[in-house]
Amino acid sequence: MKNFEYFEPTTLAEASHLFAQGHAQLLAGGTDLVIGMKAYTETPQSVISLQKIPDLDGITTDSDNGITIGAMTKVREVELSEDVQEHHTALAEGASEIGSIQIRNLATIGGNIAHASPAADTVAGLLVADAQVSIASAEGERTVPINELFTGPGQTVLKPGEIITQFHLPSPASGSHYIKHKIREVMDLAFIGVASAVNLQNGVIKDARIGLAAVAPTPIRATEAENLLKGKGPTPELLQQAGEAAAAATSPISDLRCSAEHRKEMVDVLTRRTLRYALDRATR
Amino acid sequence: MARSTTSFGLQATPKHPVSLTVNGDEHDLLIEPRKTLLAVLRDTIGLTGTKEGCSTGDCGACTVIVDGKAVTSCMVLGVTASGKEITTIEGLASDGELHPIQQAFIDTGGYQCGFCTPGFIMASKALVDENPDRTEEEFRHALGGNICRCTGYTKILEAVLQAAEEIRTIS
Repeated sequence: MKNFEYFEPTTLAEASHLFAQGHAQLLAGGTDLVIGMKAYTETPQSVISLQKIPDLDGITTDSDNGITIGAMTKVREVELSEDVQEHHTALAEGASEIGSIQIRNLATIGGNIAHASPAADTVAGLLVADAQVSIASAEGERTVPINELFTGPGQTVLKPGEIITQFHLPSPASGSHYIKHKIREVMDLAFIGVASAVNLQNGVIKDARIGLAAVAPTPIRATEAENLLKGKGPTPELLQQAGEAAAAATSPISDLRCSAEHRKEMVDVLTRRTLRYALDRATR
Repeated sequence: MARSTTSFGLQATPKHPVSLTVNGDEHDLLIEPRKTLLAVLRDTIGLTGTKEGCSTGDCGACTVIVDGKAVTSCMVLGVTASGKEITTIEGLASDGELHPIQQAFIDTGGYQCGFCTPGFIMASKALVDENPDRTEEEFRHALGGNICRCTGYTKILEAVLQAAEEIRTIS
């Protein structure tokens, strides 16, 4: 590992100021950054730890029935949170799919998102929760919807000096589910990740959200499929149409893990499957 | 290396003062920020029981317990562990008596070459401390971050189940 200057700021303002000077990387849990530095794919001149800044972690319930998750909250805490499990099941399931327990004890949800991997396991759950991402810098704060955060693999709308501070998940859907298509039970990257969330009212789908990971340069919402579902009663034919529409929204690549054709086919299958689970949870 | 000072007056120095509590002993050290916790434990403090396998977090050989949580120490910068309480394989036995998990690995033959054993034992300890009532399937899944290249998994699982049983009985 190349040596670097190490900073442990205790305020966001200080962290943002250091970060804005460039040639710097933020250290959250370190599970991506430290490995990148060992491989010399990351060679920052300075590393700015966010670990000593107070109030960046923890999960709180808000007055609007939503929840706020601090960016420095460990993925393991997201996975085990009863509030997240109950109201944002797809996110808890996604968190539980990352690496191993040892890694989830280090990794943070903010790091998983800021790293901007199209295959990040928490991203599909945040997409279907319609999460609002709070971002702080010396210029002040702004909020970006999660589906507008990513611009390409490893790329986001974050400007120099900007730091993700928290995720706000508004009033929850009545049921959601995440499926990671993978080979190994643990310690694997997603071939694809699919999350669905539905709101059911009197047997009619009032609202539906579908989040897809690792099937496009960025994580995406399958909005056409979502629109097909809205206002209708769930039937096998409708779910089939939604699955096909979700697959049509993707632009996957072929790589070592699997082919583009397989990814597209599996988006269809897993969209239907996650919708069935989400509908089942919504009616319970 | 030159010192630099930010406008907030924070100093960046080539080596940072770090104080770690390892197995109950306090260590005040001066370490380079690029040193991982694993390297600090092995090279600086001299506790070589913790092993370096893949060095990318995939194999779990470097597992230690930091503030009660099992972590892969190859992914942790030593400077970030300052002020924390660390337990390594060397810290499990007390008064010459092995920890029930260590004894269980011996009783069941839960090791072959032994390289992965410290990592497996530390990961298992954290799991059993957290919840000894896990099912066999749950232990199997929860230990997925540890790899045994001798493939001695059956005996390892037997060891963990035996230790969990024993700890359930004691508590």
